[in-house]
Amino acid sequence: MSLERSLALFFLTISIIYGYTAFFVIDVNLPPFAKMSPVWPSSFPKILASMGVVIGFFLVLSKPGPNTKTELDLQQLQIYSWFPAFSLLGMMVAYALLLRPMGFIVSTFSFLVIGAMVLGERKLFLLSIVSVIGSGGIWYLVQEVLGIYLRPWPWFLSGGF
Amino acid sequence: MIDGLLIGLSTALSLKMILMVVAGCLIGTFIGMLPGLGPMSIIAIMIPVAISMGDPAGAIILLAGVYYGAIFGGSTSSILINAPGVAGTVATSFDGYPLARAGKAGKALTIAAISSFCGGTIGAVLLMIFAPVLASVALLFHSAEYFALMVVGLSAIAAFSSNGQVSKALAMTLLGLMLATVGESALYNMPRFTYGLLNLQSGIGFITLAMAMFALPEAIFLILDPARTKPKSEQENAVKDLRITKEEAKTIAPVIARQSFLGFFIGVLPGAGATIASFLGYAVERNLSTKDEQKEFGNGSIKGLAAPETANNAACTGSFVPLLTLGIPGSGTTAILLGALIALNVTPGPRLMVDQPEIFWSVIISMYIGNLVLLVLNLPLIPYIAKILTVPRSYLIPFILFFTLMGVYIGQNNAAELLILIGLGVMACIFRVAGYPLAPLLIGFILGPMLENNFSRSIQLYDGIGFLWQRPMTGSLLAIAIVLVLLPTIRAFLSRRRNTI
Repeated sequence: MSLERSLALFFLTISIIYGYTAFFVIDVNLPPFAKMSPVWPSSFPKILASMGVVIGFFLVLSKPGPNTKTELDLQQLQIYSWFPAFSLLGMMVAYALLLRPMGFIVSTFSFLVIGAMVLGERKLFLLSIVSVIGSGGIWYLVQEVLGIYLRPWPWFLSGGF
Repeated sequence: MIDGLLIGLSTALSLKMILMVVAGCLIGTFIGMLPGLGPMSIIAIMIPVAISMGDPAGAIILLAGVYYGAIFGGSTSSILINAPGVAGTVATSFDGYPLARAGKAGKALTIAAISSFCGGTIGAVLLMIFAPVLASVALLFHSAEYFALMVVGLSAIAAFSSNGQVSKALAMTLLGLMLATVGESALYNMPRFTYGLLNLQSGIGFITLAMAMFALPEAIFLILDPARTKPKSEQENAVKDLRITKEEAKTIAPVIARQSFLGFFIGVLPGAGATIASFLGYAVERNLSTKDEQKEFGNGSIKGLAAPETANNAACTGSFVPLLTLGIPGSGTTAILLGALIALNVTPGPRLMVDQPEIFWSVIISMYIGNLVLLVLNLPLIPYIAKILTVPRSYLIPFILFFTLMGVYIGQNNAAELLILIGLGVMACIFRVAGYPLAPLLIGFILGPMLENNFSRSIQLYDGIGFLWQRPMTGSLLAIAIVLVLLPTIRAFLSRRRNTI
């Protein structure tokens, strides 16, 4: 199945799940006085779901466009750098999970250093200096200038989670 | 209008605001020059900084400066390394890059800067004339008309931005509208589509979605396809003489005059924007040229460079008309600006000019200042700013990803939002690969709550959906929306049928 068709099916599935929730779930806890109103919290989603199902079916059943221009040339999948892309995505997930426990500076420094190494950087000294300046500078800007609290150090240096 | 103008002048000409414009233009130029990073990504990254300032006028002036700077920066990378940072500057590279290869990079950049300046400035004058007129008409609108107007806006965006595949763009618009309904509803504060997840209770953050749709996929595509950031030789990037001759100035003057008007009016149309304006401007000037001049197009024609540059800047200014007067964004970038304004408790629309004239007029005045900054400050700095093109991608990409993550984290202060960002970002990459446009999704998401509120209010006022046919203006606008959606579909069907016959 082509990517276009798969995404059309995905959109149709989303619309059906959305529609099921709109028609059968949302209004269950609606207070009795609200049921007197001509418009309910589910009214607008019901219209969206109906339109979504119609367009979803249309996309699934229609022929894919002959000249669909895409960002990447799918004929040349093997030339793309998949490993660095997936590694950096994995690192972003790790960054999201470790940001609070490890603190901003340690997590950011590690993310920048490892990220650059995954992309082929080997000048570790220069990379470390750039990453220290980057993580420290941004922390200072956010915490001190913008006044948004960001714990800089790991939990064991900052008195627990 | 004169009072408003004076208020705008006093706000925009304060030292703080001038610094905002200068900072915005410099940041925009600097980052916009990086291949693959368009104004949408840059503005999305800058939004948390702008919002944390807490001053709506300052924030929107900063973001507008970033917008102009990014367009200018995108033109620079198009001319110097044939790598347009944004679709709106693709046409610039047709003649800008051949000029740079012929050793006239400085001249090409000057023509681009002058064209951008004139396009942006004439556009700002037109905005000043047309925006108040449109706003005064829009003041007569009720919620039913607003609802219908938003439906027209969304249909136009779907019709124009779909590259011929309206159903895909409609699906993305609907997906955006669906995502906007996640979280507590305005009616009775009831949770909807949260599926028991507390992190979804307050809905999906606008910054998260903007980053996921634009900044993250662009960074991932830069990793996947290293050729996008491949540096060219030093010789090609060298910027030497920035001067242009009198004859050259005379040649481009009429082009600039024509394209300023054309670009502006295309920019006003929802969904059309800078890309269509620049390509159309290029095509129009090519057709208007003599046969000898036509041969130069694509090989370093200064007319071919001036036309798209003027048109795309005038279109950028034009796209502020529906944003400031109707509260309807005409493009992905203005949708992000709208989101930023809403986050700052400012609701753009016809009331903006009456209730907060300092914001309305200072944005317009800042456009003049922004264009002047780009011409006077950024142009001489280009040889130095262009050094950013030599930063290795191994440093650049982790920093782009980090700024994307930070933008979301600062805005929400919630690590779970980062996971939502990554999930949505991966989805956005897949959609982009399959040719689904992402701007309609974001515009749908931003307009969703307003659309639903106006729809609900109209139903309550009319005790049903009678307003759809009882109010002639509402009915007419909805009919336009249907035509906008059906027309390209019917045309595509007929052309396919003709081809098979």
